[in-house]
Amino acid sequence: MAKTPVTFTLNDTEAALFVDPGASLVDVLRRGAGDLTPKQGCAQGTCGACTVLIDGVPHLSCLTLAETVQGRRVDTAGGLADGPALHPLQRAFIDGFAAQCGFCTSGMLMAAKALLDHNANPTRDEVIEAISGNLCRCTGYEPIVDAILSAAAQMRGQPALQQGAL
Amino acid sequence: MSSIEFRKDLFADERDDNLKEIGKPTIRQDILGHVTGRTPYYDDHLFDGLLHMRAVRSPHHHAEIRSIDTAAAETMPGVRRVLTAKDVPHNLNTLLSLINFGRDDEPLCADDKVRYLGETVAWVIADTERQARDAVAKVRVDYSVLPHVLDVEEAIAPGAPVINDIYPNNTFDYHQKYDHQKLRFGDVNAGFAKADHIIEAEYQMSPIEQAPIETCGAIAAPETNDRFVCHTNTQALFFSLGTTAKLLGIASSRLHFIGGTAGGGFGGKVDSIVEPTAVLGAMVTGKPVKFAWDRYEEMQVGAPRGGERWRIKDGVMADGRIVAREFTGFFDSGAYMRLSPYAIIKATGHLPGPYAIPNVASNVYCCITNRTPATAMRGFGITAVDFSIECHMDRVAEAVGMNPVELRILNAYRDGDMKAHRRKAKNTALIECCQVAAGKASWPISADAAAQSSRVGGGTPERVAIPETSVDEDGRIGERRQGRVADTSPSKTPTGRVAAGTHREAVAGAPVQNPDMQIDADRIGHKMGATTSAAAPVAPQAAPPAAGPSAQPAPPQPVAPAEPTPPASPAPYAPAEKFSRGVRRPGSSPFTSGFRRR
Repeated sequence: MAKTPVTFTLNDTEAALFVDPGASLVDVLRRGAGDLTPKQGCAQGTCGACTVLIDGVPHLSCLTLAETVQGRRVDTAGGLADGPALHPLQRAFIDGFAAQCGFCTSGMLMAAKALLDHNANPTRDEVIEAISGNLCRCTGYEPIVDAILSAAAQMRGQPALQQGAL
Repeated sequence: MSSIEFRKDLFADERDDNLKEIGKPTIRQDILGHVTGRTPYYDDHLFDGLLHMRAVRSPHHHAEIRSIDTAAAETMPGVRRVLTAKDVPHNLNTLLSLINFGRDDEPLCADDKVRYLGETVAWVIADTERQARDAVAKVRVDYSVLPHVLDVEEAIAPGAPVINDIYPNNTFDYHQKYDHQKLRFGDVNAGFAKADHIIEAEYQMSPIEQAPIETCGAIAAPETNDRFVCHTNTQALFFSLGTTAKLLGIASSRLHFIGGTAGGGFGGKVDSIVEPTAVLGAMVTGKPVKFAWDRYEEMQVGAPRGGERWRIKDGVMADGRIVAREFTGFFDSGAYMRLSPYAIIKATGHLPGPYAIPNVASNVYCCITNRTPATAMRGFGITAVDFSIECHMDRVAEAVGMNPVELRILNAYRDGDMKAHRRKAKNTALIECCQVAAGKASWPISADAAAQSSRVGGGTPERVAIPETSVDEDGRIGERRQGRVADTSPSKTPTGRVAAGTHREAVAGAPVQNPDMQIDADRIGHKMGATTSAAAPVAPQAAPPAAGPSAQPAPPQPVAPAEPTPPASPAPYAPAEKFSRGVRRPGSSPFTSGFRRR
């Protein structure tokens, strides 16, 4: 079967890959580009573990055909940190105990990043809405929502919110 | 020769050996990997030339496999191998055989018949997952559909289909004597006889799927030293290794299992299925093979917490003291035993809950049905019966007109009390928990209840005594079924079943008990007498006692109505169902037969 060449920007790096027609973006990111941060939990668009940003907009990479990102920008959790310096969201997830098994965390972080990138001061309801497509089975959503609000405060230059203060 | 001097002073500031960590927030050591996405789950180990393995699954709950035609699948693009039961070297296992518990009852791949919907009947190994899926659709299996049973009590009713010849009665055999796990402490019937109130109810818990975000999966590959590496998300790494060695007939030293990271488990990743399957794939192809469940498989064939049905009968004095408590439990093990028999042992050790009750009896049945096999999930064996017990405590409080928290404090076990499983209660704290919970909920309790302590009042001679236990001539505790002797060898013919509580009188067409949890007020709730039992689907008249009236468990007792609109005059209590199904002798209680052991 003929493969399709696809070039796109992956976390500030140019990626050029040959993909099988019909291949999902999550599969190509993981096995083709070697970015293992998007996780596949359901392959049917229900769990959100594979969430990535395409041109800044969150997408479920398990339901996205790899060929459709030609010429576009794809951001994953693998590009969140700046070298050893963690993104405020990552820091807030650590400080706020917002991950247990970690399998949903990459997707959660990307859904949260998409929110904070265009809304620096979200309400709690807006945070809940932003991660409503991301399922978590261990941590519980409250610490995750708190962590996102705390990261938003930090990114606005305010002190990190105390756990339980929200 | 001088001794080596270790320069511990170089590292002296690395730890202070102060291990007092309780109450202090501590950052998880693995969370940096989680937030950077670098935590390596099993599927994050990349292998060149990875092959994909998919299962062909039964569309029937129960069916004989007449034949399997793999010819069309084998010629599909990308297909490397199609495997069936004959390709599994030792195709029979039970998980707990590694600790010498239970009989091997489950094949990795069904051979003669399928016993639940979704059971594996073949596998396809192909270059891509899509090719494997396409080929799975081409495997032709000729089934002869058999009658199935999805309800625990129907499974042990007379004439129920035998699901597995290895357990021909559709129940687990306990202690090579019983078709149920048994607990006897004191004499519940004497307790019921003197009780002012009898409160009975039934509780039904549904199966619950653990639903981890990461489905069960494993990747196996040949190593360069004649071993197989297996990356897995199992919660039971060495169980999986041992099970794989047994099923595949290879030395465990040839297996190199790597795990430790699971994307959620909750008990759903202990059944050691994906690991032997993936290693089998690697053995027959000589290539790295991934075998993972998709979301549908996780939900359909991933073993859930099994459904449980509990009946509780309490004898209660007017002042709220519970003097007798009797359980009948039915665990839905699904088509194979796996961990359910063990869960029942746990459950029985837990009875009668955290209360000091002088007379306790329990029969718990581990029932085979044509449902997905059940397995571990967070406190399995305890959670359902605890839920039932605490619901029942509220019913008891209602029946005797008592504050439910004070009822719990009154009956709570205290330090030194003898529990029904013959262990002294230690470090008890139910009273204190009740007091704190009442305070936090602003729930008023009496000054007397607030002054109680778990450390005071327990362990008195009366509360520490172990009552004598009646056994029969064969050393069997309590009742036994007529004509049935201790026999652990699998019988080839169904012995037939009598539904619990019927005193050997088969109830024809016993109704299915609300599998979707729609509460039927007549069926689940207080059994207060004629006003409520008249409409009950199980009419007590259908099951007359086998013995004379002298063997009635308890004389009729008036019971105070507790419903908002009670009948004008309380009807006398009439037991809706008898508990025992054992042999009853005139004049004896249903729980005792034979001589008494001193």
